Amino acid sequence: MTPLQHGRRRLADRESVLAPLFLLPAVVYIIALVGFPLLLALAFAFSDVTVGNPSFDWVGFDNFQAIFDDSVFWRSLRNTLIFTVISMALTVVLAKALAMILIADFRFKWVVRFLVLLPWTTPVALSAVAWLWMLDSVYSPIDWVLRSLGFIESNVYWLGKDTLAMASVIAVHTWRIVPLAAVIILAGLISIPDDIKDAAEVDGAGFWRKLWEITIPLTLPVIAVATLFGAVLTFTDMSVVYILTRGGPENATQVLPSYAFLKGIGSGDLAQGAAIALFLFPLLLAAAVAILRSVKKMETF
Amino acid sequence: MAVATRGRLAVADSAHVERSRRREATRHRFGRAGLYLFAIGSALAAALPFVWGTITAFKEDADLYNSENNPFVFNLDPTGEHVSFLFTDTDFVTFAVNTLWVGLLVAALTLAVGLPAAYSLARLNMRWSGALGIAIFFVYLVPPTLLFISLTRVVAILGLQDSTWSLIVIYPTITIPVSVWLLIGFLKAIPRDLEEQAMVDGYSRLTAFLRIVIPLALPGIVAVVVFAFTLTAHEFIYALAFISPTEAKTISIGVPTELIRGDVFFWQSLQAAAILVAVPIAFAFNLLLGRFITGFTMGAVKG
Repeated sequence: MTPLQHGRRRLADRESVLAPLFLLPAVVYIIALVGFPLLLALAFAFSDVTVGNPSFDWVGFDNFQAIFDDSVFWRSLRNTLIFTVISMALTVVLAKALAMILIADFRFKWVVRFLVLLPWTTPVALSAVAWLWMLDSVYSPIDWVLRSLGFIESNVYWLGKDTLAMASVIAVHTWRIVPLAAVIILAGLISIPDDIKDAAEVDGAGFWRKLWEITIPLTLPVIAVATLFGAVLTFTDMSVVYILTRGGPENATQVLPSYAFLKGIGSGDLAQGAAIALFLFPLLLAAAVAILRSVKKMETF
Repeated sequence: MAVATRGRLAVADSAHVERSRRREATRHRFGRAGLYLFAIGSALAAALPFVWGTITAFKEDADLYNSENNPFVFNLDPTGEHVSFLFTDTDFVTFAVNTLWVGLLVAALTLAVGLPAAYSLARLNMRWSGALGIAIFFVYLVPPTLLFISLTRVVAILGLQDSTWSLIVIYPTITIPVSVWLLIGFLKAIPRDLEEQAMVDGYSRLTAFLRIVIPLALPGIVAVVVFAFTLTAHEFIYALAFISPTEAKTISIGVPTELIRGDVFFWQSLQAAAILVAVPIAFAFNLLLGRFITGFTMGAVKG
């Protein structure tokens, strides 16, 4: 073996060199295209950058002043909170129930599994388009059924009225998120040790007692993680709102991300858009801390 | 007397056992019925828009646009013309090709950057590797909605706006963190002895990683590739913000923006597009579901 080869081999063996070297590309990538843009977004919020005039001038808190005087911003903030809280409450209950089904054994289970995962596996833009058609003002099959049963005289116009539009957006989003949350909870259910389940069986514990005294307490941390994941995906999402209502009618379903998009990309005011999006950050930080705590709790099992 | 009592007790006892056994059986039967009921109910709730979409895709205009017609049956004979319209008169094929092309490069880039990083965090001894693993994962929580505005500028400065390259460069910011996390789980499941044996046999740490570890991590690599492709098909906000020419659009923005022209909705073709994309992705997901669950629990619980 020549000395050069020997030296190269030694280098390829040294963990103190290899470990950082292997990690470097990932760290550089993330810093360049997540860390830097995050700081840039922060800087934009204090500037007057627009698509037409991208030169950077510091304007202090002017953008925030403008936002605070904007009633649509407050409406979006309130809608974001309503949207997140209601869809998460629904998601926890439905996902827990769905996870119980996915873990049970029955015939044709794969068909059921395939179908219940469809809302999550389908690209959101396409499933939202499918719902846009379901909720059509004239040809909605839901309205047709209600009309045929005699519950309504004329069509409901789901996306045209304030409260109904909000309810529709929440329903469609929940429909989409539940399978993901169910799969995460399923992972938690699978990790419950068999001997605990067997002991409960021997003691003759019924379904509800087992549910309340074993599965729910033991899967609580994983349910928490699933919920927080869902919450992050909910208050940072604008796809369902954008496709179903574009924030309408009259901003009744406008949420922070869709409003930031409208301002930042729609009207090209990057600075204002960035300032609006920045209000997602405190929510995000709170969710991140909570997730970290739940994961820590899971590790203590 | 004593014997008689004992006999009566035994009879009462077995009757009691019999009763409770029957009660148990009834409870079981109700449980099964409830299970099936709930399973069928949730499958219907999940699939209803797609079922109706499939029926819609094959309907004649005259059948579809009559609000008195039963929407769930064919009142006129079904037609395939709207499905073929999708392929001949719209850019659906271009969108599909763009999505596959972006997905392929995103997958390659993610693996090239993510695999070594995951190996470094899973195997090589380093201070801070635990904290770094968690930090990389939290990058995933930084949402596109917080970054798309400044990234629009970054993409413009790089000269990539209106090109699929903008997505190829930006999507790995989402796929790398998730993939590193998934791959750590898979790599930890590979026995250390195999690499150590290879190193005793004269391989360096680097060649052991390339020749022994990577082939064994194949299931994890497949999971990452599927994830990269599905993300490319799913992602909406970046694509909407970065790309406006039709020929550079992916499925997820192409279908809703190009098949809805102003007030004109090509409903049958739209539904056909949704089904054609949804079904293959759902199949891939179902095949890999078990692996994703293992990856998740290994990464989270034993990370």
